[in-house]
Amino acid sequence: MDLNYSAEEQKFRDEVRAFLAAELSPRLSHKVKNGLRLTREDMQGWHDTLNRRGWLADSWPVEWGGTGWTPVQRQIFEDESCAAGAPRIVPFGLKMLAPVLFKFGSEAQKRYYLPRILDGSDWWCQGYSEPGAGSDLASLKTRAVRDGDHYIVNGQKTWTTLGHYANKMFCLVRTSTEGKPQEGISFLLIDMDAPGITVRPIILLEGTHEVNEVFFDNVRVPVENLVGEENQGWTYAKYLLTHERTNIAGIGFSRETMAHLKVVSREIRTRDGVLADDPQFALRLARIEMELEALALTNLRLLSDPAAAAMAGPMSSMLKIKGTEIRQALDDLLRRALGPHALPFVPGALEEGYNAEPIGPSWAAPVARDYFNHRKITIFGGSNEVQRGIITKTLMGL
Amino acid sequence: MDFSLGAERMMLRDSLSRWLADHHDIRTRNRLAASEPGFDRGHWAALVELGVVGALFTEAEGGFGGDPFDVTTVFEVVGRALYAGPLLANLMAGRMLAGAGRTDELAAIIAGEKLAALAHFEHDGRYDPDHTATTVTAVPGGWHLRGAKTVVLNGDSADWLIVTARQSGDAWDRAGRLAFVVPADAVSRRGYPTIDGLRAAELRIDTTLPASACLGEATPLLDVALAVGTLAVSAEAVGAMEVLRDMTVEYLRTRKQFGRPIGSFQALQHRMATIYTEIEQARSAVLLAAGTNSAKALAGAKAMVGRIGQLVAEEAIQMHGGIGMTWELDAPHYAKRLIMIDHQLGDVDYHMARYIALSRAA
Repeated sequence: MDLNYSAEEQKFRDEVRAFLAAELSPRLSHKVKNGLRLTREDMQGWHDTLNRRGWLADSWPVEWGGTGWTPVQRQIFEDESCAAGAPRIVPFGLKMLAPVLFKFGSEAQKRYYLPRILDGSDWWCQGYSEPGAGSDLASLKTRAVRDGDHYIVNGQKTWTTLGHYANKMFCLVRTSTEGKPQEGISFLLIDMDAPGITVRPIILLEGTHEVNEVFFDNVRVPVENLVGEENQGWTYAKYLLTHERTNIAGIGFSRETMAHLKVVSREIRTRDGVLADDPQFALRLARIEMELEALALTNLRLLSDPAAAAMAGPMSSMLKIKGTEIRQALDDLLRRALGPHALPFVPGALEEGYNAEPIGPSWAAPVARDYFNHRKITIFGGSNEVQRGIITKTLMGL
Repeated sequence: MDFSLGAERMMLRDSLSRWLADHHDIRTRNRLAASEPGFDRGHWAALVELGVVGALFTEAEGGFGGDPFDVTTVFEVVGRALYAGPLLANLMAGRMLAGAGRTDELAAIIAGEKLAALAHFEHDGRYDPDHTATTVTAVPGGWHLRGAKTVVLNGDSADWLIVTARQSGDAWDRAGRLAFVVPADAVSRRGYPTIDGLRAAELRIDTTLPASACLGEATPLLDVALAVGTLAVSAEAVGAMEVLRDMTVEYLRTRKQFGRPIGSFQALQHRMATIYTEIEQARSAVLLAAGTNSAKALAGAKAMVGRIGQLVAEEAIQMHGGIGMTWELDAPHYAKRLIMIDHQLGDVDYHMARYIALSRAA
């Protein structure tokens, strides 16, 4: 039992830092660290930089371009990337579709789609939730009817993150209404440029456009785009949920925010000194910090320990629950630290090139927006209530 | 003890509620927030006509109410409707003027002829009202003020800014400060929206004022004005909480997943029961503050609505699921207002410390 980083792990950390120092432009890290809106080019550009280094697909099998990193190395990479202000990797193609293709896709699908994920030819979005199918995803209704060499798709998906940037969607569709709802779902790859698809923005409560509704009106999808077998889609989706565990705890991002919070709380002056010394603030911070470090170890234990693999489902639910609650606690404490300056919300202040004087401290602009935007993380990706149900059912048999 | 609102307050509450329901939906409110002045001046005139502004001031001050319970009655309705007009700004500014015996200026506000805003807080003071770094020096015939004020609610549309400035002492001394009526054209101001649909402004002041602009010592005026403002936003929070709670219950009744209304799941029922219970506590804390004239009770009220407001806001969003995250639904706007009320006039931590300090002093 040794919880210290080995010499090799330290060397790896140095290598990652050197890469980031050389390849992450100050312009881009400034945008990320100041919460400015990232463009499609910003995000794709960072993917391309990582891909040139061979580091984009860090958890793929090595034969398909993966790095072969250990869980500790992957965490080091995540921590250093977040600390340096690298854009977060868009997960849909890389971390959500790819594992399904590896396990269930045909050779032709793997050979075609996987390189296109890496080189940015395809930007994937996820077609899962529907207005009537949120927590009860299996009740989804978007219908795919076989017609010769095609499926004809009709229906509607919602909460489609970055669907307005995507040219491809992996989609859960209903191919049968017999038996249980789960038994009639298929996993289909859909071209977003196909006729009959309409993407409509959904504006979030703090004004951001990141999610969409997507409507399908007699969309023709080639049968080659079915992944695996018809009516087995739910199995593939569940596989994804229990086997794709990297980053769900969001440790690196939370560590970076904790570091930022400590810095700014020493800058904020109060009557008696600085905010960091205020007993109530210090107590709030301490509570979050100890939870975060414990969660980081839980994360590594799960990823490193073969015995833990049997518990993968409920353990990942625990990581999701704690990771999201810690993230929200950090956002909460950051807006508390800001005090009255959390109120101003100047249009355009989060766009690159905005140069009017900040209201309050220089880091104020995105804080309240982030707090409100991140209320979504306990809802999306399987709400924390659903996650608690998984823990209950799997660990307690209740 | 008497817990009834009384006929007059009930009439005031009902007429204001009805008017807002007829003229001020959330869509309208959000549209108005996007540009100056952030509210409809016609709406303000109508509220003046209804007597809403007059109800906030005593007869001696030129109003017809002015009791703490008149303030809480009005502001609870404000919270229920998420009304974003400058009632709080004019309440606090008006109390400053009232305390200084400025009946003419106050009459203009009550009649809807002028708008005023209290410009007291500054960049380095956070929530502590004792901090003032804006300076004032006596000059022949008057005063010269120099400094900056931050997050001045409705500061961008006010005709008069009630500005505090320090004549002597350290930045955190309660003594040594004066208050002034400053016309809008004597300050430089930058207005902006707030994240919860209100408007505020940053002010830069570097101006000479006539002697008549001085309202006298700032601290006694501030103590009263900030206390009534704190009571008002606390009552506003209770109103908003109740509406958000009811919206959430309605959603739990109608949204079906797994073949049943999600409100049929006990886990959610218990959480809602907690919310019902906590909101009653919040209401009582505000009543205590209004009815006992106690600084400690007021700190308790603001601390409690801060904590409970956050609970209600966060639970409401969570229980609405994905749609709780959207601009289009009304509920998220109530949630935003509840969270941001804790950034006005002192947050939970500020008032907890104050409550403890006041307990030690007793």
